[in-house]
Amino acid sequence: MSGGMRRPAPAESERLLHVRDVAKHYGAIRAVDGVSFALAPGEIVGVIGPNGSGKTTLFNAILGQIRPTSGSVEFRGEDITARSPLELARRGIGRTFQTLQVFGQLSVRDNLIAAAQEFQGTITGRLFARPDAGLGARADEMIELFRLGHVAHLKAGTLSYGQQKLIDIAMAFMPSPRLVLLDEPCAGVNPGLVDQLRELLATLNRTQGGSFVVIEHNMDFIMKLCPHVICMVEGRVLAEGAPADVQADPAVLEAYLGN
Amino acid sequence: MKPALRVALLAASIAVLAAVALALKRSDVYLLTLYCVYLMATFGLNLTVGYAGQMSLGQAAFLGIGAYIAAILLKLGWPFLLVVPVAAVVCFVLGLVVGFPALRVQHHYLAFATLGFNVLVYLAMRNEEQITGGTFGISGIPRPTILGVDLGGHVAFYWFTLGSLVVLGLLLWWLLRSPWGRAFAALRDNPIRAESLGINITAYTLLAFAIGAACAGIGGVYFASLVEFIEPGPFHFSASLMMLLAVIVGGQGRFFGPVVGTVVIILVPELLRGSSAPWLKFMQVWYLAVFGVAVVLLMLWLPGGLLSIPERFARKAKPR
Repeated sequence: MSGGMRRPAPAESERLLHVRDVAKHYGAIRAVDGVSFALAPGEIVGVIGPNGSGKTTLFNAILGQIRPTSGSVEFRGEDITARSPLELARRGIGRTFQTLQVFGQLSVRDNLIAAAQEFQGTITGRLFARPDAGLGARADEMIELFRLGHVAHLKAGTLSYGQQKLIDIAMAFMPSPRLVLLDEPCAGVNPGLVDQLRELLATLNRTQGGSFVVIEHNMDFIMKLCPHVICMVEGRVLAEGAPADVQADPAVLEAYLGN
Repeated sequence: MKPALRVALLAASIAVLAAVALALKRSDVYLLTLYCVYLMATFGLNLTVGYAGQMSLGQAAFLGIGAYIAAILLKLGWPFLLVVPVAAVVCFVLGLVVGFPALRVQHHYLAFATLGFNVLVYLAMRNEEQITGGTFGISGIPRPTILGVDLGGHVAFYWFTLGSLVVLGLLLWWLLRSPWGRAFAALRDNPIRAESLGINITAYTLLAFAIGAACAGIGGVYFASLVEFIEPGPFHFSASLMMLLAVIVGGQGRFFGPVVGTVVIILVPELLRGSSAPWLKFMQVWYLAVFGVAVVLLMLWLPGGLLSIPERFARKAKPR
């Protein structure tokens, strides 16, 4: 474990998310090998590590996309290990994926409404609800925040990669989730947009109390956004702490650059 | 186009469609009624395939189930307006069952699962003679009298079918404009993302099949009453293929796609075959071959269906 300044781990009563010794093995391959961390409400934690270090597998194990081999995940004190993505969404956990995941044939505005409409009333009730499910104002607010006004009525699938990335992230925040896990939000995004994204996430954290876990390779982004960083290597936590300390850790440098 | 203008245009089209029956031959009115019946089924299939992105090669089975339910119940003296919801509910429930494979498999695997269902239903219709009359079918199916109005005449029954189609179309329009329509589209475009946003993809997949099936079941009731005699032939899986073709040729996932597509599968072949114009004489023999080639060319040039033509021209006209 790295030396460096460590933030005090959130007390048990304050934990929003508690990942306890989670492992995912594929035969002899230990993709994730006993990872633990905790997150308090309103906190942002960054997860870094070289390609193949198990970051996305860890996300998928937390988010019910795959069943962990061992370990547990608690959300607001409830064991949510291996619950389906649908159940997690209903508990207020949002996510974005490493690759673009928008509804290509729907307009930008409809993408955003689709992202939150299932949290309004019952399925039968929604059949009789207004077409925008009462979410029009919220969608417009997000469209303005993400500066998507000029494309709001265009099909999401026809837009540029960067614009779709913004939609993708805006969708995760539409239902006002308690926690969002973002998998490489900056991948394939131009530098100007990276700054915009960071500012957006910081705003959402500040104004809406958003709590995030962010996987990212862009060190500048992570350093500026996340007060706490976890570095994973070969499925394990190699170092954690303040971003500057983790970045300066000789073990981390060796893992990234080799001897 | 402004919404008000659209509504006016649509209402005028329906009025024209209703009025032409007075000027047409009996066989042409029959054909138009058949078009309305198939449109009920293809409207439903468009919801399943076009809006919710599921594959189905079993729509003719539901049309058949609706038709046999109608044949049996109408001959027992049940009122037509009671038979319609019974057929819709039975097909809705069966649609839920047929939707289950879609929770496990997609695309061509799902196509074969639904095709298997169609074959099974077809065999049941052919072999369960005590219920279905086997290959001899069921004849003497009555046309309804509703609120004292005799709908036995060909024009009266056509108007009744057209009116019912408009009601069904309005219901589907309302349903697809509700948040359900958006959930179906989300399921079609990206089910994994949809689930991560709390969209119950299991429920919506099953509902997409069930609602599509119910529409076909309703169509089946009108089919039985129109033809007055049913046998398994029209419910063979090849009819399911034609209905899928109608949805795709018209433009899947577009509300009016089946309106155009069903013209292509029901009216165009008959018009080609029945044409008496000298330069179209060869069509009487070659209509199926011409129809086949036309469909192949259409799919190559317009994979988005006939209703995508305006968008295609708009794209071409746009300066690059």
